[in-house]
Amino acid sequence: MATTFEQSSRRLKWALLAPALAFVGLMIAFPLVFTVYLSLTDAFGAVNAGTSLVGLQNFADALGDTRRFWPAVGRTVVFTVGAVALETVLGLALAMLLRKPFRGMEVVRTILMVPLLATPVAIGILWMLILDPTNGVANHLLGFVGVPPQEFLGSVSQSLPTLMLIDVWQWTPMMTLLLLAGLTTLPEEPEEAARVDGATAWQRFVHVVLPMLRTTVLTALVLRGVDALKTFDLIYATKGPGGGSDFEAETLNVYAYGLTFDYLEYGLASAVLVLFTLFIVAVVVVLRRRTERSAS
Amino acid sequence: MELQTGRALTLSRRSFGVLAAASVLAACTRAPRTASPDAPLRVLAINHVWTQAISRYLPEIEERIGRRVSVRMLTADQLTSSFNVKLNASATDIDVMTVRPLQDQMMFARNGWVTDLTDRVEGDAGYRWDDVQEAPRERSAAGGATVSVPVVTERPALYYRKDLLEDVGGAPRTLDDMMHAALELERRDEGFFGFVGRGQRNGAVSQWSSFLYSFGGDFTVDGRSGIGTPEAIAAYEFYGRLLRDAGPPGATNMSLEQAMPIFAQGKAAMYVDADAIYSNFLDPTISSVTDTVGFAPFPAGQAGSVPHNIPSWSLAINEFSLLRDDAWEFLRWASGPEMVARLQAEGIPGARQSVWDDPATLAVFPPDLAEAMRVNAENGVGHDRPEVMQVGRARDIVGRPLVAGIVGQDVAAVAADASAELDDFLVRDNRQQEF
Repeated sequence: MATTFEQSSRRLKWALLAPALAFVGLMIAFPLVFTVYLSLTDAFGAVNAGTSLVGLQNFADALGDTRRFWPAVGRTVVFTVGAVALETVLGLALAMLLRKPFRGMEVVRTILMVPLLATPVAIGILWMLILDPTNGVANHLLGFVGVPPQEFLGSVSQSLPTLMLIDVWQWTPMMTLLLLAGLTTLPEEPEEAARVDGATAWQRFVHVVLPMLRTTVLTALVLRGVDALKTFDLIYATKGPGGGSDFEAETLNVYAYGLTFDYLEYGLASAVLVLFTLFIVAVVVVLRRRTERSAS
Repeated sequence: MELQTGRALTLSRRSFGVLAAASVLAACTRAPRTASPDAPLRVLAINHVWTQAISRYLPEIEERIGRRVSVRMLTADQLTSSFNVKLNASATDIDVMTVRPLQDQMMFARNGWVTDLTDRVEGDAGYRWDDVQEAPRERSAAGGATVSVPVVTERPALYYRKDLLEDVGGAPRTLDDMMHAALELERRDEGFFGFVGRGQRNGAVSQWSSFLYSFGGDFTVDGRSGIGTPEAIAAYEFYGRLLRDAGPPGATNMSLEQAMPIFAQGKAAMYVDADAIYSNFLDPTISSVTDTVGFAPFPAGQAGSVPHNIPSWSLAINEFSLLRDDAWEFLRWASGPEMVARLQAEGIPGARQSVWDDPATLAVFPPDLAEAMRVNAENGVGHDRPEVMQVGRARDIVGRPLVAGIVGQDVAAVAADASAELDDFLVRDNRQQEF
């Protein structure tokens, strides 16, 4: 049977697509499928040693673990909600300030970008040095205003709030830039009309600007929220394995890493990661629906 | 292959089939199972003074085995992660590994990642396996087979400020004296501490072990948890009080990297940590206590002075290595009597009794440190952490009451809870050890 031009052309398309498809399959699909498979086994110590299928036992173990798993879920939620909420409020405030052109605006915007450019591990080490309870500059500065020395990252109770503030320091500029981009696309007429009607600046912000900016805010929340949920490097660099001595900063990501690399419990670690992924997907779906509803 | 050009690039059925088959074949081709004559012997090692010292002598072994030796150094955590990733993939690009016999070895042996060296060490008269001290030799075995050879041993040392301690009776000989001196000398308002030590849940366990043994306790007693016993609780409370009342703020976030600089900067009167790090206090570029630091044996508790004396780093051969004979030659050379004597004379304590018996090998150490090492080695226990397969999880459990003590919680209650958790863990861990 003679090969038609369409058939030949279709084969060439597949041949050219094959490397990209193979890459996606190997690098994305395979790890996902293998993680789900491992979560259903008793893989321990070595994945190249024999393993047995244990059904949903690992999921039951994870969900029944009130000592490490559920506290880690709680910390993940607290860290994400706390940090992202602060970043949104501060980011919005800064975006409103930077909305109108002023002299030196470019310089201010460039300075704002600096924390975004540094890697989280470098930022972690930088803040560890600043906040060191014995030698850090933070306690010296606090001493000038009469505040007693704080333990910051060395304290069981202060670690998570401190990490949230470091995250806010690093990521507020990104929220600012996203929201600023949204603000510049808003029409000026509704705000102008409100001004003519005698609305105060606060009233114009709450009743005119914010409703129009809703879609942008929700999109920024999705982007930053998912990123904050997955925070690992900053926490691991500053608190080490297990998120500190009392597991005080152990989020789900840190817990899963510990199960994998410190305990070599690959089955349970995979189950935690599958649950974590489902959790992130659920958050994204909820926020996406809200975004679509507000857009419509 | 017939790539045709025309209005559009097309591919015939035969060419498509050839391309697909070639791709599948290329993907399925296995790497050769024998090493190339030009392949180097690859050593993946800890970033440690031992590795730096042995690297200077590599030309000797390169000449002996007739191939280049490539040494790559990583920190302990990176090293373990690297082994986990590479050996899970049966990697052949590691030949010789530095392992922590008390931390990784049992798990690695269970996983089939390390080569059985029993016949090699016992069948080689020139290697003199029986010259290796008993405790390190015993810790080189897992599952009934010798799987590593020790190269560095370690004990705790009491580092103290001679200028300050002489006012309170000199270096403490007992733990009670130590507490008294620490509380007497601390001026925390001025940033000076009576004692500094590791306080991290996991990282502090190994140094705390000497306190535990000296109070008469152990991690396990007759196969069950020993951390809920009165002796263990007393050791937890003692160490917790030492750091809480005389130590620096943020102690629970401190491991070696945070604690050592505090003593080196002259901000603490006493410090207990591994004797292997002594040179940090004698180096004027990083230490302000070079003239005032003293070294003493571990102070005695209710059960006497019972520090740990352990093989901290050993050499093993990757089971998937294609150069196992050459790797054994490396081990034989690096851990043999001659090299251990040479390195010990440079300040790196080894595990060979004949070397310890030779005073010339101790001449490099400050006299009071050499004496402290000798006494600690004599009284020492061969482990500094629970002897289990999942050491990381066990240390996390054992370290919980330690943290409770430092932050001033009810140690007995936390120890009881941790002890129950350790008992459950030991049942599971014993099951895993049946390999």
